[in-house]
Amino acid sequence: MITAALISGLGLGSMYALLALGFHITYVVSRTVNFAQGSAMMVGAVLGYSFYITWGWPIWLAVPMTLTLCAVYGLAVERFLVRPFSSRGSEAWLMATVAAGILVDNLAMFTFGKEPRQFTSELTNTGVTLLGANISVLQMLIPVIGAAIALALLLVRRYTRLGKVLEACVQNPQAAMLMGIRVNRVVAIAFAVSAVFAAIAGMLIAPLFNVSAEMGTLFGLKAFAVAILGGISSASGVFLAGLLFGLVEALVTIYFGSAFTQIFTFGLVILALALRPNGLFGSKTMVKV
Amino acid sequence: MFKLLKPLRRRWPQAAAVTALSLLVLSPAQAAEAIKVGLVAALSGQSAKSGEALTRGLTIAIDEINAAGGILGQPVELIRRDDESNPAKGMLAARELIQREEVTVLFGGLDTPVSLAIVPLANQMKVPFMGIWAAGTGITHNGAEDNYVFRVSAMDEIVDEALVQYGIDEYNMQKPGMLLINNPWGESNEKGFRHALETRDMPYAGIERIESSDLDVIPQLTRLKNAGADTLLMVGNVGPSAQVVKSLDRMEWDVPVVSHWGPAGGRFSELAGPNASRVHFIQTYVFTEHNSAKGDQVLSALKSTYPEIETLADITPAVGIANAYDGMHLAALAIEQAGNTEGPAVRDGFYAIDEYQGLIKDYKQPFTTEQHDALGPQDYIFTHFVDGSIVPVKP
Repeated sequence: MITAALISGLGLGSMYALLALGFHITYVVSRTVNFAQGSAMMVGAVLGYSFYITWGWPIWLAVPMTLTLCAVYGLAVERFLVRPFSSRGSEAWLMATVAAGILVDNLAMFTFGKEPRQFTSELTNTGVTLLGANISVLQMLIPVIGAAIALALLLVRRYTRLGKVLEACVQNPQAAMLMGIRVNRVVAIAFAVSAVFAAIAGMLIAPLFNVSAEMGTLFGLKAFAVAILGGISSASGVFLAGLLFGLVEALVTIYFGSAFTQIFTFGLVILALALRPNGLFGSKTMVKV
Repeated sequence: MFKLLKPLRRRWPQAAAVTALSLLVLSPAQAAEAIKVGLVAALSGQSAKSGEALTRGLTIAIDEINAAGGILGQPVELIRRDDESNPAKGMLAARELIQREEVTVLFGGLDTPVSLAIVPLANQMKVPFMGIWAAGTGITHNGAEDNYVFRVSAMDEIVDEALVQYGIDEYNMQKPGMLLINNPWGESNEKGFRHALETRDMPYAGIERIESSDLDVIPQLTRLKNAGADTLLMVGNVGPSAQVVKSLDRMEWDVPVVSHWGPAGGRFSELAGPNASRVHFIQTYVFTEHNSAKGDQVLSALKSTYPEIETLADITPAVGIANAYDGMHLAALAIEQAGNTEGPAVRDGFYAIDEYQGLIKDYKQPFTTEQHDALGPQDYIFTHFVDGSIVPVKP
């Protein structure tokens, strides 16, 4: 029985990790994050549901269209809610992205509807038996997809030209700009990628849960905790912290009961940060003066 | 300006005649100031369908009352506010309805935590508060010396007794496990279940909490299964209840689920999937193919007022409609008995109601100073979802 709970914890953890990687990628490039990341996840699930279930589009069209629109959403967040403030050295982007999340949630409520809907998928109906537990294909796919995306991000950053451009922007934006790198464009791409990660998480989790305008709120909050726990500047750290968070949630519930889940998980986050202020896998940021 | 008025001046006798005729044809109820009643319920979010049902029940009753001349010769007007299932928002909405809109009677929605937040305000402001869905025992049994809270709905303590008895009778339940929503409604039922099991000297496998945000309930279910639960007693709203069914499917655990009426508040059959019917839950009323005369009358009014209602499946959840319908008529009788809209007089008016032939049942002195709940265990029926409709388990 513990197998099912562990697989479930791993899947959940992967989703936290995907959202948290969205926080990571924008933070390393621009030192800003999209606090509406949970809403981006909801937008992905709602669009996926509308295209695939409501309008009956084939999956090969519904998924790319959802990801494209979410990328555009990410670009819009950066262009209109982050850049105008960060370019002036203001921290108001923080409140602007929080407000955008609330706005988008409410817009979804008006357009998509007030009630949660079920995102049916064949992947949840077909399953295999693993160590006595019945695991759906989707449950097994979620951690695999999460790990594959995290690995792809790592490889892109290390071995591609785009990765080098990203690295240059991370290390010294002014110098990168002098070398002809269009830093604004790189930051915009980071926000688009961040929203795409959130949309993937939304579409993967929706068949196991449901689709509603409010589904991203708690996810976004937990993902930010995961990003901080892992050390927001470390991609692998953030991913591992996501898995850890999901597993701890499942294990605490099994061994201590569900009443203690939130107390233990968030208590552990506080304890971990008290012992390692830069996160479990993060390194101390050098500030040159 | 005067040029513009010239044609009117020439036609003033006709205008005067039309005005006089209009005043004559207006019924006294329409001409008088409206008696306002308020509804604070979930009109958005996961429980939005419950707010829609309550609105429909109240509206049908108000239409009937107004067609019959209103209350005390005045028409009745419904003012709704969305509590978003949030006690703080519900409390603010209730205060606004009482203080600014000056409602005579306030109706509550699905969520016990919201109603529990409103109860002290209603008692303090001396405005009758009628619960027409939330079943928390503490809503009417609130300990206030001057209790202004009434209910036409189920009550947790009695429901829990009925659920335990149903588990024993139908499934030979010997060691139940409890799955309770992590809020005051869950706590209220925990007390009720504990009491019902203690009186039968029956052990339980455990008590697990579920949340609206739970993506997976497998860990909680695993604990209950490992502890030897043979039946699940469930209390939760639509979302978490659906998650329980989906998690049971994934675990392939074929265990009976006996539930409070949370699944009735929304698209449970869609969210829970093909095995939604495994959950047997309590209701106070269901529309069927063979209704009472009153049932047919209300069903017909629903279909004509809301054209989107075509079949019985479209009037889910019926319990909200029925409770609201009877609750509104009882409130109207209380105001008639009071002879005015003052809170204390209307409260005493509830005690003075002698008889009312309602939709759920024929009420005989439904309220006394000791009894603020109009429905009892004999008024409950067990139901489940079949093809998207709520139908009685035993026809």
